[in-house]
Amino acid sequence: MADVKKVATRQSYGEALKELGALHNDIVVLDADLANATKTEIFKKAFPDRHFDCGIAESDMMCVAAGLATTGYVPFASSFAMFAAGRAFEQVRNSIGYPHLNVKIGATHGGISVGEDGASHQCCEDFALMRSIPGMVVMSPADDVEAKAMVNAAYEHDGPVYMRFSRYGAPVIHDADSFAFEIGKGEVLWEGTDVALIANGLLVAETLEAADILAQQGISARVINMATIKPLDEELVLKAARECGKIVTCEEHSIIGGLGEAVCAVIAKHGLPCSVERVGVNDEFGHSGSAGELLRQFGLCAGHILETVLHLFRQPIYKIT
Amino acid sequence: MTKEEEITLRKTACKVRIGVLTATHGAKAGHPGGSLSAADVFTYLYFKELNIDPQNPKWEGRDRFVLSKGHTAPGLYAALAYRGFFPVDDLPTLRHIDSYLQGHPNMDTVPGVDMSTGSLGQGVSCACGMALGLKKQGSAARVYTLLGDGELQEGQVWEALMFAAHYRLDNLCVIIDHNGLQIDGPNEKVMGLGSIPDKLQAFGLNVFQIDGHDFQAMEKAFGAARQVKSKPSAIVLETTKGKGVSYMEGQVGWHGKAPNDEEYTRGMAELSAQLAELEAV
Repeated sequence: MADVKKVATRQSYGEALKELGALHNDIVVLDADLANATKTEIFKKAFPDRHFDCGIAESDMMCVAAGLATTGYVPFASSFAMFAAGRAFEQVRNSIGYPHLNVKIGATHGGISVGEDGASHQCCEDFALMRSIPGMVVMSPADDVEAKAMVNAAYEHDGPVYMRFSRYGAPVIHDADSFAFEIGKGEVLWEGTDVALIANGLLVAETLEAADILAQQGISARVINMATIKPLDEELVLKAARECGKIVTCEEHSIIGGLGEAVCAVIAKHGLPCSVERVGVNDEFGHSGSAGELLRQFGLCAGHILETVLHLFRQPIYKIT
Repeated sequence: MTKEEEITLRKTACKVRIGVLTATHGAKAGHPGGSLSAADVFTYLYFKELNIDPQNPKWEGRDRFVLSKGHTAPGLYAALAYRGFFPVDDLPTLRHIDSYLQGHPNMDTVPGVDMSTGSLGQGVSCACGMALGLKKQGSAARVYTLLGDGELQEGQVWEALMFAAHYRLDNLCVIIDHNGLQIDGPNEKVMGLGSIPDKLQAFGLNVFQIDGHDFQAMEKAFGAARQVKSKPSAIVLETTKGKGVSYMEGQVGWHGKAPNDEEYTRGMAELSAQLAELEAV
């Protein structure tokens, strides 16, 4: 996919905010001294009187956003995933989640692909943290097109939303003119019957690459882009489990508490005979390095997804007779 | 303020204190100490200062109040009930299963509660967001928030105060209930606060320090705060924890403990006597 255009979804976030800001006067954007990195500066340039820097104070920012929401504004509160979901978790839980206020959290620099900054900034726990808050919508887009559509959908949704964007460029896999996004709906990118690969974020493109190689080896892989982690598209997961019998989840997140566990829970609840392997960060901290090197080293790449699928095919198959 | 008006407020404050005792006794839990130290300011706010309509609690033009020290919900609930937001008879259901009177304020269930609070340090930030929103909309509404003194140990409070001063939120009034006691003991033993007014001033607020049980002083301070332009105001109330119930006054043990039947009866007798005395004036 070397020739495919790549866009970091944080850039998409900034651009989408600007477009949306032109249409809706009730949108305000908050940042915590990272407007240059989260790309909310794009909105700030266009609408300086609707952009509020809160200084390096993410906890305060989340509650300010909650207060603004009570007066009818739709605040987009932005920081790195580590600080938005991590540092300010309790503020998000108590001041936004509990009163179910209409705050949108735009968290950039999610996952290990933050790169050189190292483990302190590589948030691989945000899906787990945000999923645990009742009523919170949790999403992560695969590319530029989906990211922009997601920001629009988040604005239209009444209630708290957490969106995770990347610092690292993602190949653009969607066609902007024909793409439609709906919160809570997964997207089948490739039909297949032998195994289902369920991914989100940067790993969607990697999954497509793996599926392509699998096809050459005679394995028909279904590729599902599951941009919404919560509420999860359970129907689509169950259909994949019934029709493929094998699932590999792929996410740039800890294998604890993210998309993988959400998928496992659905399958367990319905007692389906389906093997699941989770590709993700294996309960360890990251470290410094370039994004590309890190993704490969931590197995968040097509090659490792491929190995995982092939491993699954070597396992004895459990069948109900 | 006329003497008559002051007496009326004092009588109402007495009823609010009766409500606090009734609610915490009914709940067999809750926080009477800080509810009683703040009973006078709850009364002043809901019966004099705030521009509100109990018949229309979500009215857009209303003044907002955020109880940042959310554990003193019994005091807030009592003031709201006597002001007509919901029946006084519901106060004893505080903290009971399925009651709308949650242990800490819940804006989704209690009429008149403007923000869900309970986790210290957050309410003041939420109040900043409200003040910013209202200011941007050109609203004349003001935002008031009440903090405990121990709450000032939360770092987020100072993040919020920086925000308030930076954005010149002159429609925000930060009130501190300085009763000097927190769960583990006196503030100065648990984590010294130093001079609260000096700190607030250094953070860019216009500071008033008054007797928190004196309605005349409150009228002057809240009135002056309304005139301050381009900076937020802070009113530090010097108060007595447990005020109005003799055995609770100045006793840290009454921070988060409900009166038993005997203590309730004694407390109610004291407050009823105070009320009768005021009725006789």
